[in-house]
Amino acid sequence: MPGFKLKVNGREYRVEAPADITLLDLLREYLGLTGTKEGCGKGECGACTVLLDGQAVNSCLIPAAKAEGAEVLTIEGLAAPDGKLHPLQEAFITGGAVQCGFCTPGMILSAKALLDSNPRPCREEIKVALSGNLCRCTGYAKIIAAVEKAAAVMAAADGKN
Amino acid sequence: MASTAVGQSVTRVDAVAKVTGQAKYTGDFIFRDMLVGKVLRSPYAHAIVKNIDASQARALPGVEGILTYKDVPRNKFPTAGHPYSLDPAHGDKADCTILTEKARFVGDAVAAVIARDELTAAEALKLIKVEYEVLEPLLTPEAAMREGAPLIHEDCPGNILSASGYDIGDIEGAFKEADYIFEDELETSIVQHCQLENHISCAYVDSDGRIVIITSTQIPHIIRRIVGQALGIPWGRIRVIKPCVGGGFGSKQDACLEPLVAAMTLAVGGRPVKLELSREECMIATRTRHAFKFKIKTGVSRDGRLIGMHIKAIANTGAYASHGHSIAMAGGSKFRILYPMQALKYEPCTVYTNLPVAGAMRGYGSPQITFAVESHLDNIASKLHIDPIEFRLKNLVKEGYVDPLNGNAVRSCGIRECIARGKELIKWDEKKARYKNQAGSRRRGLGMACFSYGSGTYPVGLEIGGARIVLNQDGSVQLQVGATEIGQGSDTVFAQMVAEVLGIPVDMVHVISTQDTDISPFDTGAYASRQTYITGMAVARAAAEVKEKILDFAWGMTDIPAHALDIKGANIVYKHSGEVVMPLAEVALHTYYDTVFAKPITSDTSNNARVNAFVFGVTFAEVEVDLKTGRIDVLEIYNVHDSGRIINHQLAAAQVHGGVGMGIGYALSEQLLFDEKTGRPLNNNLLDYKLPTIMDIPAIGVDFVETFEPTSPFGCKALGEPPIIPVAPAIRNAVFDATGVALDRLPMNPQRVFEKFKEAGLI
Repeated sequence: MPGFKLKVNGREYRVEAPADITLLDLLREYLGLTGTKEGCGKGECGACTVLLDGQAVNSCLIPAAKAEGAEVLTIEGLAAPDGKLHPLQEAFITGGAVQCGFCTPGMILSAKALLDSNPRPCREEIKVALSGNLCRCTGYAKIIAAVEKAAAVMAAADGKN
Repeated sequence: MASTAVGQSVTRVDAVAKVTGQAKYTGDFIFRDMLVGKVLRSPYAHAIVKNIDASQARALPGVEGILTYKDVPRNKFPTAGHPYSLDPAHGDKADCTILTEKARFVGDAVAAVIARDELTAAEALKLIKVEYEVLEPLLTPEAAMREGAPLIHEDCPGNILSASGYDIGDIEGAFKEADYIFEDELETSIVQHCQLENHISCAYVDSDGRIVIITSTQIPHIIRRIVGQALGIPWGRIRVIKPCVGGGFGSKQDACLEPLVAAMTLAVGGRPVKLELSREECMIATRTRHAFKFKIKTGVSRDGRLIGMHIKAIANTGAYASHGHSIAMAGGSKFRILYPMQALKYEPCTVYTNLPVAGAMRGYGSPQITFAVESHLDNIASKLHIDPIEFRLKNLVKEGYVDPLNGNAVRSCGIRECIARGKELIKWDEKKARYKNQAGSRRRGLGMACFSYGSGTYPVGLEIGGARIVLNQDGSVQLQVGATEIGQGSDTVFAQMVAEVLGIPVDMVHVISTQDTDISPFDTGAYASRQTYITGMAVARAAAEVKEKILDFAWGMTDIPAHALDIKGANIVYKHSGEVVMPLAEVALHTYYDTVFAKPITSDTSNNARVNAFVFGVTFAEVEVDLKTGRIDVLEIYNVHDSGRIINHQLAAAQVHGGVGMGIGYALSEQLLFDEKTGRPLNNNLLDYKLPTIMDIPAIGVDFVETFEPTSPFGCKALGEPPIIPVAPAIRNAVFDATGVALDRLPMNPQRVFEKFKEAGLI
């Protein structure tokens, strides 16, 4: 089996896995990072969204080989190393944007990709950024509100710095 | 007494685990050398398996086992997630086997492979040769009920699974007495739950020889029984574990995978086997929502009173019974309380066809009949030139009404207030006036629809809930419930209830969310919007018992009589003054370690509830319709619910958001499609099946009319399923208001609406 070298959540990994493995399966089955979920395996639902060099991607569609040498961020790596949650995680919790939680990791990472490139998105921009992430529990209402809240919190924190 | 926990928007107890990726779902249990199970599915809607040759598949390296119907127990079992019935006459329909020798829909499980990995299993499936004798596929109820149609199940003449309805009053007499008679025909479509987590189970045999099944289910205790029935082994030999569940909406109130995965592990000497469906499989080989066709005839008096209604319904239940024998009746029973009238006759007929199995889905028959009746009522109001709200107000139920057939009483009823609130929120009168004389190709309209529903299934079903509380050394408690958290937030509201009764903060209530039939108290699970109401009763009793024991123990420590004491803010206090006597933690510590009196405090409570509480509510919708394209945009939508006292406003609003979102999909876009000749699915994936995305859902307004339901210790009633129920008819009625076109079919997608507009001469 070939070896893969990639950086996930700030840690360097060298893993032996089948050549045709997807990034999703590599994360879940070889690195034990099961926070990334599979809802369809076809890039239709967004549950497997991770950040690949800062871009939100469906990890079920990415051959792990393509992540060779890249930096991957999964939901497990979003909080600060001291455990302090990211403002998006805080906003999803306090805003009640979590129900069954299966879409949550992907939603949060899509939202992070958005806020990293556009710190003050309008409602429509949030919707476009999350349009590849399906949710059946929330009607999306509190998810949109949570992303707006996180953006505001992050902007306020930036202002202070 | 002011609430400290109940009624507060407490944060979900599982929120942190879910936003950090730490929450464990079934697929996250990865065992060393876990094998992979896969199912060979019939390509024919109706066919007899003449011969299966699995020799080549068996010889493929990495294949550990092949199962056909000959290799698994052939006990017929029911899959519906209902409590076991001691009376065989009322038991669920046992028409399934683990693997079948007769395929009854495209996707029916004919054989199964257990292999070392996904790829090998998929490869092996291709090597299994099945010889089929293809039979005529019966794809509509009409085809299945036709004289001389082949039987889908040998023991079911006419392919009619169930036809039990009811008859209240003298319907013919009522029609004679009525001043007007109105008739309509309406129909709904087959839709699918599309919970984000596909069906998945894994199983192994433990060191005691018992089968352990980790599974994504709404009904762990029921699954244990069904697996026992399917395998023909004592139920105690089976242990079912339910970790976090990624949504269910009814599709997991059914034993779709567990009997098979149990047979799989037995076939490979007890090694762990994972059986995970793909999205494509999940959409056809688990459960769907019944499509219904309704014929409604209604007699109305000159002053707008409903005199009598006769509803005929045909439900397409697909290839196996699942919940099919009870859904049409359940929908018909829960709706009938809303508009009491002197005669109501309901004649449902649930028919087997060679389509995927229809089962429980959020609302359990109610969204269908509510779509039909609420659309019909607007048609009548329009013909009588009465405002649709006025028409309903003349006929709505009042507190004190008792259902003539099941004896359930309306003890709390806020439907009128819900309507008043919704009318205000959407600015009904103002907009109605504004939209009166519209021209042009984009027209706006307002619509509304009401619903009634139950809290649980009493008296049809057993309503038992269990709770166990253990007081820890630090004054915190562990709470175990048999109720099943699947995302709706039940664990959190139970924690609030315990905190409320015990006078401790919610974070001192540690909820054991994982269900384990070896450990968890008995409860039938997550369905019928029952848990907050039914299990809440058990939780309240268990907490009260623990409190009583704590105060008794404190009496022993302090010589202050228990009746003079209370618990507040995790302290033992004087009841009359609130003055702190000692911390609860001190009492708790003594219950464990006092060398003379130590006796740790616990409660293990089961509550068999013989009550039901009706819930009510309304959707108000404003739409803009594009006459040129048939596109319907929902501009504003409000749901107002009477679910009794709200335990957690944030969670409750979230349930409503989700239900309304699902309702919008049901109204406008969702439908599972099948080839009309072969029954092959055409859109069983999340690209072609039009599940609403974030772009498709408008802002959703939510409000509650908080009545107090006297049969609940907290005044609460059901909420989980109801928000979807009135959404589709409210949107339909808004389109009717905007265009004058009485749409009669779901979904109201552009193509269908366009055709109707053409028919009506609008285009």
